[in-house]
Amino acid sequence: MIEAVDLTKDYGPKRAVDGLTFTVQPGVVTGFLGPNGSGKSTTMRLILGLDAPTRGDVTVNGRHYREHPAPLREVGALLEARSVHTGRSAYNHLLALAQTHGIPKRRVLELIDLVGLHDVARKRSGQFSLGMGQRLGIAQALLGDPKTVMLDEPVNGLDPEGIRWIRNLLKGLAAEGRTVFVSSHLMSEMALTADHLIVIGRGRLIADTSVDDFVARASQKVVLVRSPELERLRAELAGPGVSFVALDRGALEVHGLTAEQIGDAAAQAGVPLHELTPQQASLEEAFMHLTRDELEFAAEPAEVAAA
Amino acid sequence: MSTLSAAARLPRLDDAGRVAFHRVLLSEWTKLRSVRSTAWSLAVGFLLTIAFPVVFAFVTASHWGSMSPQERAGRSPLDIALAGVNVAQLAVAVLGVLLISAEYSTGSIRSTFTAVPTRLPVLWAKLLDYAVISFVLMVPAVLVSFFASQAILDRHHILQIGFTQPGVARSVLGGAEYVMLVGVFALAIGAIVRNTAGGIAAFAAIFFVLPPLMNILPTSWNNAISQYLPSDAGRQLFALHHAAHTLTPLAGGLLFAGYCAAAIAIAAILLVRRDV
Repeated sequence: MIEAVDLTKDYGPKRAVDGLTFTVQPGVVTGFLGPNGSGKSTTMRLILGLDAPTRGDVTVNGRHYREHPAPLREVGALLEARSVHTGRSAYNHLLALAQTHGIPKRRVLELIDLVGLHDVARKRSGQFSLGMGQRLGIAQALLGDPKTVMLDEPVNGLDPEGIRWIRNLLKGLAAEGRTVFVSSHLMSEMALTADHLIVIGRGRLIADTSVDDFVARASQKVVLVRSPELERLRAELAGPGVSFVALDRGALEVHGLTAEQIGDAAAQAGVPLHELTPQQASLEEAFMHLTRDELEFAAEPAEVAAA
Repeated sequence: MSTLSAAARLPRLDDAGRVAFHRVLLSEWTKLRSVRSTAWSLAVGFLLTIAFPVVFAFVTASHWGSMSPQERAGRSPLDIALAGVNVAQLAVAVLGVLLISAEYSTGSIRSTFTAVPTRLPVLWAKLLDYAVISFVLMVPAVLVSFFASQAILDRHHILQIGFTQPGVARSVLGGAEYVMLVGVFALAIGAIVRNTAGGIAAFAAIFFVLPPLMNILPTSWNNAISQYLPSDAGRQLFALHHAAHTLTPLAGGLLFAGYCAAAIAIAAILLVRRDV
């Protein structure tokens, strides 16, 4: 469990994280979502005590990270920025970390096998591709069999096989009762992995909600209706705040009413309905909608589109 | 690249303990031995410590016949034996800076401080590991350089001095102590500056720029001040005779150790306070 209260961090005049209060619960995968530069990595550094908050507080499993006697057993972290000495092999990098906690060598080898780095474990990690570096980071995060797993953009640089692997792994870890906190700027990835979402923009909390609620909240009330008597239905539904978009023959998009309201109205008027479908915004659209005003780099729409 | 393990389940870990200083010490030792720069720097330091005196002794011996009495008087057997120390200190200092600055430049410091979030044990472990390895390496280096240079000079029956003569053993081993302290000082500088180029520049400024700069001062000031510089104070550790305007070996050594302690204290305070 990760608990942040009014977490705030300034770098000089710039406020990177602004009054974040949230709780990451065990047993589910919590997605930490926000556009690039919205403060996700800073928040993770604050959780690990690498940076000290300007204001507010954050604890992991009930204590400040620094106060845990065996921190790697509490939190396993993959940080977005490179955090491996390029001249050291993956094996020695992991071994040095393991030794601080008295974790045996065979655990290091076990993790190297788990992430598929067996053949390159003795090579200098500076020669690694982005994907291999990412796997090493994941091995590092899992080294201490931690109660809380925190990964910053874990799918960066992974191939489709690797992405699916990490997705299953994260779900498995959550199912074992661990706290899983995963950041991404990719909505689509979170849709497949996360149960719960914490969304931030410009360092501020935008949403702390289940994935389903997040979409529902962001979706406007839009319902697709199909009926042989469309004109009559239209007359029945017309009212303040209600608008229509005519689609292909026999279909109509109704804005401003719920499916229940439309169905009831049609039944009362005796209009047959062939289809009544609430139109859900995709997660991507929901994300875009909620973060539109919070984008750090409004002048770079290409980057937003890529998300 | 080999394929991922099919079962995406994390095996449990039963045997792990708490962070403890002896474990951090082992961890830092693993780091020290697992990068190439360590072996290179220490090998260069070791070889230079021996090579310079050997060459110096050969040159002195072969030109002895043509030297003026003043020139001969200017040659001292211990200066020859420890001629490599001044060069070796540079290799040891560069590695000292690198041991911590490279953690910042590569980002591995984030991994390090995630494993040991109290941070200070990492600094103590690095200092202790490095002090031990550099001392253990330098002691045979200065002993070899002493006996090798003496053997070369002995063939010409010049500049002989016994290891058991007063102050000789202390001076020879003082060369190793000096290099060890230089490494410690440089590591602390690296921890303060957190940047390889900046750390090496800061070290060079203190050890190689500051002393000649003192010559700008009036002689009386220079004489009064220079002996208290880190380099001059430290050098007394391997000086056989203490001349005018220099500290005694003990005082100089203690002052240099004091400079090291001050640099370490600053590094420790900054390490705890600063963001990574």
